[in-house]
Parts: sequence; structure tokens; C-alpha cells
Amino acid sequence: MPHLQGLEKGRRILSVSEITGDIKIVLENTFAEAWVEGEISNFKAASSGHFYFSLKDEHAVLQAAMFSRANRDLKFKLEDGQKVVCFGKIDVYPPRGAYQLIVEKIEPKGIGAQQLAFEQLKNKLMKEGLFDAARKRELPLMPFKIGIVTSIAGAAVRDILQILKKGAPCVDIIIRPVRVQGEMAAQEIASGINDLNQLKEIDAVIISRGGGSIEDLWSFNEEIVARAIFNSRVPTISAVGHQINFTLSDLAADVFVETPSAAAKIIVDKKNALLRELDGMRYEMSGEISGSLHNLGKRIIALRHMLKSPQDRLSEKAQLLDELNSGLANNIRHILNITKEKASVVIEKLDALSPLKVLSRGYSLSTLLPGGEIIRDATGLKPGDAVSTKLEKGSFLSTVDKIIDDSLTS
Amino acid sequence: MKDKQSFEDDLKKLQKIVEELGSGKLTLMDSLKKYEEGVKLAQICSASLNDAQRKVEVLMKKDGKASLEKFSEEEGEEK
Repeated sequence: MPHLQGLEKGRRILSVSEITGDIKIVLENTFAEAWVEGEISNFKAASSGHFYFSLKDEHAVLQAAMFSRANRDLKFKLEDGQKVVCFGKIDVYPPRGAYQLIVEKIEPKGIGAQQLAFEQLKNKLMKEGLFDAARKRELPLMPFKIGIVTSIAGAAVRDILQILKKGAPCVDIIIRPVRVQGEMAAQEIASGINDLNQLKEIDAVIISRGGGSIEDLWSFNEEIVARAIFNSRVPTISAVGHQINFTLSDLAADVFVETPSAAAKIIVDKKNALLRELDGMRYEMSGEISGSLHNLGKRIIALRHMLKSPQDRLSEKAQLLDELNSGLANNIRHILNITKEKASVVIEKLDALSPLKVLSRGYSLSTLLPGGEIIRDATGLKPGDAVSTKLEKGSFLSTVDKIIDDSLTS
Repeated sequence: MKDKQSFEDDLKKLQKIVEELGSGKLTLMDSLKKYEEGVKLAQICSASLNDAQRKVEVLMKKDGKASLEKFSEEEGEEK
């Protein structure tokens, strides 16, 4: 560093280019391999593919560039506000008197790059509606034919086959063998789901893999798998063995369970629940029928009680007749008594009015013979007429001597 | 015989019959007829569920052509 040595000797004037050149040498040598931690701001992806951004903390800002050659394999998206750790070198650009960090590697701070990529993809698919609860479909009442996308050699397929054989041997199975790990896995899983969807008779598809590390299961976090599940015509069950995190395939599927066995158990449970329901319905139907038969029996007994033999009806009528008869006799007797009473009153009255009573008081009653007409007027008589005169006791006959017309005199 | 759609249809019919029988609005003759039909449907449904003749196949793809091959369960350590 010749110019620096010169500074110590005394006054030595440098051109801008000279001092900038010195700065460039110092900085680039000192910071040829630097790790820098900061927050991304002013991020721009240029059309050239290069990334430009600033790294900052509370007190300082550092310009940074990441060229397309370096950012091509970046798993996650750079965004403003992200806390990152960058590896690179300081570069001084003399025409502008500026320095910047040329980034070779970048990692999210706190979580791994893969995890961040996962979160970013998850957010993107979520915004698109791939995980919407509203579009989750119910499994069919009973899936009689299921497709399984899994490794043909894995434990997953063995577990599912065994549980279904024991618990629901009515279910037919079509296995679509795929690799479930490694670079080609995601592509194969996705096309496996599509292939099974081409079969008309499939009622549901299980996407499955036995347990493993998060890296082993990574294929089930790939966008292409999540989309194939989302686009499946038939309902899907995601059954990827894992302990902690959901895979994107879990989130996109209609139903998800944590193990392959659990997927098979869902189907066994469905079958058993249906058998129970059928038993229940049989029981209910028999109950209804025997109930109505019982009710009818009761009604018949009641009706039989109401029905009577003709003999019974006859004697019933005879009894009624007897009752009416005796009533009638009583009535007649009663009427007779009343009449008798009435008659005796009349007779008494008659008695009082009888002419015989008048005779007893000294009057007499004369009738002209032979006709017997009562004589009320002497002028109707003529001498020689025979007259019968009734007294209180006895009567006598007499002949008219003379007519005395005293009515004329009196 | 085992078919998701016809199974669901039969089950739906059966549920309707159970409902009708429970309503108490049927004549005895109709009840008996429905009962007979219901028992038959229940039998068909149960038979589908109790069927033990499952088929396990493998969907293979060679040169873009799909084919179903029989899966030999004995190889699958299921003995």
C-alpha cells in the first residue's frame, strides 16, 4: 500500500482516482469473505435477473447486489422486512464512489431457507383458496373403490391393505405406485393422483407415505402435489406420516390423517357405522310393524266386545218389552184412579142436582101418558088426559078433570 | 353389485321407508308392503358392506399407456 505509507511521511496529494483505488484495495481485501446480518429493504429484482437491495439495521445501511448466477437456486423469495444473513464480499465502484456487498449466499435469519420457502408457498396457495375449508368435500357415504398413491414397497401400502382386509374387505383397491422421496417424487405423486382420477369408478384417493424426517416428506410440500390434490375430481385423503407439521398435501386434501393406518381406519369406521345404522333401521321397521299389529289386535278385541249374538239381542229386547209393559199397566192404573176420583166428584154433583132430591122437599113430577113428557104447562092438557105423578115415595096415576089457567089471572 | 351410487340410492330409499313407517299414516297393507321392501333394501345394503371379495390392482403406466395389473397380496406379507 504505497500511498498509505506516503501519508505518514507528510503532505502528499492524491487524486480522487488514486484514493478511491486505495480504498477499493483496502476494502476488497479486508472484506473478501464477509457474513453480514441485516434486514432487507428496497428490494428490486431487475429484468436482468439481478437482485438489488439494502441491508440495514438501526444505525446503518449497506447496499447489496445479488447477481442472477447467485440467486438462481434461491429457495425462498426475498422481501422487504426479511431478516437475513448474507455471505459475500465488499465491492467498491469507483465511478460513483460507492461500495456494496456482492451477495453470494443468503439465508433467512431464524428459520431455515426451506422452511421459509414452505411458508411462502403456503401463503401463496392459501391466498389462491387451495386450503379453503368451504371447498373441502365429504368422503362418499361408503367408498367401495379407493385409489392409493404411494410407494408399492412401503409400509404405508402394507398397513392400509391389511387394515382394510380385516376391517372392510368390501373395498376394492387400486394402487398407483410412485416414488415418495427424492427429486422425481413430487412429479410422480402429482401425476399418480391425476392418473387415478382418470378411472371412472374410483370413489376416493388416498395420498400416503409412512413416517420420516421433514426432508423425507418434502415432496408432499411441493406445489405440484398440492395442486394435483386440489384439482382431484374425487375426494382425497392425505395420510403422510408425520409428527409435528402439516404438509401442504394435508392442507389441500379434503380429509387428512397423520398415518396411513388412520386413513384405512376411516373407511373401516364408515363401514361399521353403516352396518349399525342398517341394524337400527331394521329394528325400527320391525318395531313399527309389530306396533301397528299390536294396536290392530287391541282394536279387534274391542270390536268383538261390541258385537252381540242375536239371542242376546232378543232377550235384551224382551226385557225392554217387559219394562215397557209394566210401565204401561202402571200408567193405566193411574189413569183409572184419576178418572175414578173425577167420576165420584161428578156423581156427587149429579146427586145434588137429581130431581129426586127436589121431590124429597115435597115437590112432585108429572108426566103425560102415554108418552111420558114432563108437564110444565097446564094449558097443554085437556080433560081426560092420563097423568102420572111421581112423589118422593111412589107415584100415582090420575085423570085431568079441569084445566085451571091461573097464569092468565096471575 | 357393490356400487357407491346404487348403495347410496338404496340407503336413501330405505331411510324414506323407515320414515314412512314411523309416520303411522300407512294402512296395514301398505305398511306390510313397505316393510317387506325395506327389509329387502337393508339386506342388499348389508350384503354390499359384508362382501369379502375385494380386488386389489396396480395401475401401471408404460410409455404413457395405463394398465391395471393384478396385485398379488401374498407378496405383500399378508399371509
